[in-house]
Amino acid sequence: MINKPEPVKIGPHLLGIAGLSLDQVHFILDTAEQFVEVNTRSVKKVPSLRGKTIINLFLEASTRTRTSFEIAAKRLSADAINISAGTSSVTKGESLMDTAYTLQSMSPDVIIIRHGSSGAPHFIAKLLDKTAVVNAGDGLHEHPTQALLDLLSIKQRLGRVTPLKLVMVGDVLRSRVARSNIILHRLLGNEVTVVAPPTLAMKHFEQLGVRICHGLNEGLKGADVVMSLRMKFEYLKDTFIPNLDEYSRLYCLTEEKLKELAPESVILAPGPFYRGVELSSELVDGPRSLVGNQVENGVAVRMAVLFLLSMGRGGAQS
Amino acid sequence: MTGKEPQHLGWSRVMDGEEVRRSIARISHEILEKNRGIKDLALVGIRTRGESLTDRIAKTIEQIEGIRPPVGVVDITLYRDDLTSSAQQPLVRGTDLPFNVDTVRIVLIDDVLYTGRTVRAALDAIIDFGRPRLVQLAVLCDRGNRELPIRPDYVGKRVPTSKNQNVRVRLLEVDGEDGVFVFSPR
Amino acid sequence: MNYQSDKPLLIKGGTVVIPSAGLEDKRDVLVVDGQVAGIDRPGSFDSVDGAQTYDISGKILTSGLVDLHVHLREPGQEWKENIETGARAAVAGGFTDVCCMPNTKPTNDNGQITSFILQRARDAGLCRVHPIGAITHAQKGQELAPLVELHEAGCVAFSDDGYPVASSLMMRRALEYSSMFGGILAVHEEDKILAGDWSMNESALSLEMGLRGMPGAAEDIMIGRDIELARITGGRVHFCHVSTRRAVTLIRRAKEDGIQVSAEVLPHNFTLTESAVRDFNTAAKMSMPLRSDDDVDGVLEGLAQGVIDCISSDHAPHEADSKNVEFDKASFGIIGLQTTIPLTLEKVRQGKLSLMRAISALTDDPRRCFGLPMTGLRVGASADLTVIDPLQPFVLNKQSNKSRSSNSPFWGCQLTGAAESTIIAGNFVYRASSDSFNPSCRTS
Repeated sequence: MINKPEPVKIGPHLLGIAGLSLDQVHFILDTAEQFVEVNTRSVKKVPSLRGKTIINLFLEASTRTRTSFEIAAKRLSADAINISAGTSSVTKGESLMDTAYTLQSMSPDVIIIRHGSSGAPHFIAKLLDKTAVVNAGDGLHEHPTQALLDLLSIKQRLGRVTPLKLVMVGDVLRSRVARSNIILHRLLGNEVTVVAPPTLAMKHFEQLGVRICHGLNEGLKGADVVMSLRMKFEYLKDTFIPNLDEYSRLYCLTEEKLKELAPESVILAPGPFYRGVELSSELVDGPRSLVGNQVENGVAVRMAVLFLLSMGRGGAQS
Repeated sequence: MTGKEPQHLGWSRVMDGEEVRRSIARISHEILEKNRGIKDLALVGIRTRGESLTDRIAKTIEQIEGIRPPVGVVDITLYRDDLTSSAQQPLVRGTDLPFNVDTVRIVLIDDVLYTGRTVRAALDAIIDFGRPRLVQLAVLCDRGNRELPIRPDYVGKRVPTSKNQNVRVRLLEVDGEDGVFVFSPR
Repeated sequence: MNYQSDKPLLIKGGTVVIPSAGLEDKRDVLVVDGQVAGIDRPGSFDSVDGAQTYDISGKILTSGLVDLHVHLREPGQEWKENIETGARAAVAGGFTDVCCMPNTKPTNDNGQITSFILQRARDAGLCRVHPIGAITHAQKGQELAPLVELHEAGCVAFSDDGYPVASSLMMRRALEYSSMFGGILAVHEEDKILAGDWSMNESALSLEMGLRGMPGAAEDIMIGRDIELARITGGRVHFCHVSTRRAVTLIRRAKEDGIQVSAEVLPHNFTLTESAVRDFNTAAKMSMPLRSDDDVDGVLEGLAQGVIDCISSDHAPHEADSKNVEFDKASFGIIGLQTTIPLTLEKVRQGKLSLMRAISALTDDPRRCFGLPMTGLRVGASADLTVIDPLQPFVLNKQSNKSRSSNSPFWGCQLTGAAESTIIAGNFVYRASSDSFNPSCRTS
């Protein structure tokens, strides 16, 4: 007998990994895998969200994430509209609340928001009752679609999502991707280690179920997945680390180190990185690297999220 | 529907296991007859019960011709036009057409033909993969009430129904028995 | 019933609480010509000619409540609150006296502004308003404000509230200079550089929420500093809104060493923890931030033991627009004049605080901390009295709120305990039974 899987309700918003159940995570991933297939066709479009309006409200600069969401929306045949920081009235002093109300009066089905303040998507979700809100990164809080696409890349390469040893190296403190990944992997029951100097690896991380290591070698031992988090050098004056050279000497990931300490591991870099500073070129371009897959999987995961949030909401909408 | 539906709850059986199996055999023969053999033929089932029917028809054709025709499956979830009004969360299971869509004659197979919208969605999905030479439609049960100009080429049984009735096909592989049932609300 | 102030008033039937005398018992109180004429066993004044009887059975009678820390926003920010509306919220909350902070626009850093505030308070004719003058000019921390001028104009203490006095040298000078007239510096303790651009307590929660947090150490460091400066100068320091257990420890040791320090705690810091901000709830964003469970227990213990002297509200009205924004951009603070009584009584009900200690922290102790006249339940003193109904259900909502602003995490919550009447110099300035105000010209 064919075993019929059950669909899982997702929504009404995707504000973070926090609040998602294990079933929901798996369902989103399974749906995303279907969209990976769609993206291999020559006609990479399906009519599912035809006639729907999706607004990309990016009040913090981003090229890759915004483009990824835009492509996802368009491949679902939705109408995607981009509003970015420079072009919106926010620069003229309009409040986020008024921006949200103005957008809602255009009856969008989904608003995707990236904002410099933690909690901004939650704020908007509370204000708008007819629109689904997707968090594309809020302050230092969460970036749920990134964590999900990272997980998809891991699943494709390693064939599983658990049990895994995840090691995150770098600026865990000022990384929303790190937070989303911590919550996601702890939900899956995986062991999570952060490797960074004490200024960044605050002891409070332990209360999130994470092991802290200050030494790279000690932290990397036995890793299945190594995630490199960009060191935010533009904030050097915040004095978390003295300078690039010292940081690189202590924490740069190389093929040599991984071969010795975590020979089976794969490497991910969710976001831009400094070649030669955090990751050696050889590593980035080598067979361990899932960096390339992350981009493709980004579109598939975002298609899945937009699809699932727009569907099954019942009753006549807009 | 879960488990067996006894008659007294409003379900009446319009095709029993034997009739289902005979219809499938007849349809298999008709496909071969109308297409003059198996050349360039491909069978595509619409998920979920269309898949099982397709498998049986492919087996029957293999018994007759000695060769099994290529078989594919289409999931119309991404192509439906009624998802926003449905309160149900959709389940995307994927479309797999493991042959060159541009060169084949496709026989699209489903369990019940009703408004025709499912078939239209399946056609949209197939056409996104390529341009088949022709598409024919085989259904186990045609219950009428078409809303689009779609007609089947092969039919197991015609069961005229009204809009407030419900038709369910049960297949051994999925439901544990073969049969076609009609539900009439009291 | 309307009570006339030219006739004697006999308050009967209630529990009278006088912490200085260790009294918590049934007593009758006689008020004549705006003064307390007698406090004695029930029935003692029954024969007094022409006395109006005010029956407060089941209720508590105390000296008028005093709030050492409120923001009245006038001059300059009257859309949030003004002296009149703030005074209405105060007397509705049971307060006969409030001290208002100088962070107005312009700052209360000179005698003219102080006089203006006092005049507006007289115009309102409700509670007594005691202005607090700035420590430094415009609260910028660069130049000392004219403390003697402010003192002579009527300021009862000095503060740069909202800001610490960042420079240790400036704080020393302020302490030395003010010591010549017994001036009190009420300080907002925050090491701003260590704290950075924060919006909540630093903890696993702030990490989870992706918000910059202020570690308790940023408060404790400054408290430690000012204890040492008080030690070497002999000046008087009052610590505003103490929120950590560590701070209580430091203050306890300072008092044991004989240093002239006092401290206040806010009701929300002994009622809520940092988890109140969990959904990015700006209604719970304040400075000092809500802290951990251990800190809440610590300040309650400190209050119960008298290490923390008194309870203040830090009533900080803000318009909705400044709170309906992203969490890190929202303004800090909540209104509190009308929730102080129920929140404090809740701790009494939970056994964390005795009624005597709670009332002391709202009446005698704040007066003592700022050297205010000991009015209230004392024979011969001005009849500044508060009648509290400890069982009265209270909800802060549109109908009951007297403030111009509604920023409170307790908005709409079922609370228990409220002021029944607020009496100043024998005049009923507020009656809860008719929800009416009766301004008088006796307040000065």
